[in-house]
Amino acid sequence: MHIPDGYLGPATCGVFYAVMLPIWTAAAKIVKRTLNAKQVPMLAIGAAFSFVIMMLNIPIPGGTTGHAVGAVLVAILLGPWAACIAITVALVIQALLFGDGGITAIGANCFNMAFVMPFTGYYIYKAISYKAPVGSKRRVVAAGIAGYVALNIAAGLTGLEFGLQPLLHHTATGQALYCPYGLKVAVPVMLGEHLLIFGWVEAIVTALVIKYLQKNSPELLIG
Amino acid sequence: MKLINKLWLGLGILIILSPLGLILPEHFKAGSAWGEWGVGEIQKLAGYIPKGLDKFSHLWSAPLPDYAFRGGEGESVLVLSLSYILSAVIGVFICIGVVFILGKFLSKK
Repeated sequence: MHIPDGYLGPATCGVFYAVMLPIWTAAAKIVKRTLNAKQVPMLAIGAAFSFVIMMLNIPIPGGTTGHAVGAVLVAILLGPWAACIAITVALVIQALLFGDGGITAIGANCFNMAFVMPFTGYYIYKAISYKAPVGSKRRVVAAGIAGYVALNIAAGLTGLEFGLQPLLHHTATGQALYCPYGLKVAVPVMLGEHLLIFGWVEAIVTALVIKYLQKNSPELLIG
Repeated sequence: MKLINKLWLGLGILIILSPLGLILPEHFKAGSAWGEWGVGEIQKLAGYIPKGLDKFSHLWSAPLPDYAFRGGEGESVLVLSLSYILSAVIGVFICIGVVFILGKFLSKK
């Protein structure tokens, strides 16, 4: 899901940087007001966890690979604004140091994985686990569903961003200038592979960690 | 053991397991992630290299591309796996460092 350099046109890259700037600013302000200094190590673990889980590529034999992001888990534990910051840190380091995701696409990649994903996941989890006791099974199920749906929304958005490129930028003869695949290919492929395989990985990881924390550290799940 | 230490331990285990993210796709001939192909692969898949993509794809030279050292071509699985682990360690340390620095400014005392 890490869009590389050259796949999105300059306009798309610019738009997503412009959209992310106020989001990053708001995240910084809100986290400054709400994050306790004692929670900083947890936030660091969240960023590092997301960084490593995105390196664990899962194959679709003979086809392609994908991975979980961990954004929903971080959002459940620290809130969506703190998760936005943690996942942004992981994505920026991946782009700058390891060439995973383009530097021109940092805005778009952060919009998909560090903004839309933790926020949708967080509110789905909150809605399904509404008034559920901390140790309840409903919380585990809620975490799994939130992980699955949020990763798929992020993947669908990525497909949409890829797929718009041939419409936005092409030569007089109709050759694409950036991503060569249109909406009819990019959206079903990105969504399909995540619905089929990678969404389940996100669901299982999110649900299992919540289940583990219910037993070992239920105080993290209050609120 | 305190929970936070268990989580650090879990992170360490994930780092050690990370080369699975390299070995499994290779074993199952899974190819690149969709939309993350190199220019050569695009040529094969689409039949041409989009001009803008060609121009911008090498905009940035990451110091450790693909979590590998020295490009990774022709290296053994062991060397690639160790580079992958080392990349994970470097990435994790920088993530932690950056969050701690941000945390100085972004948290309540």
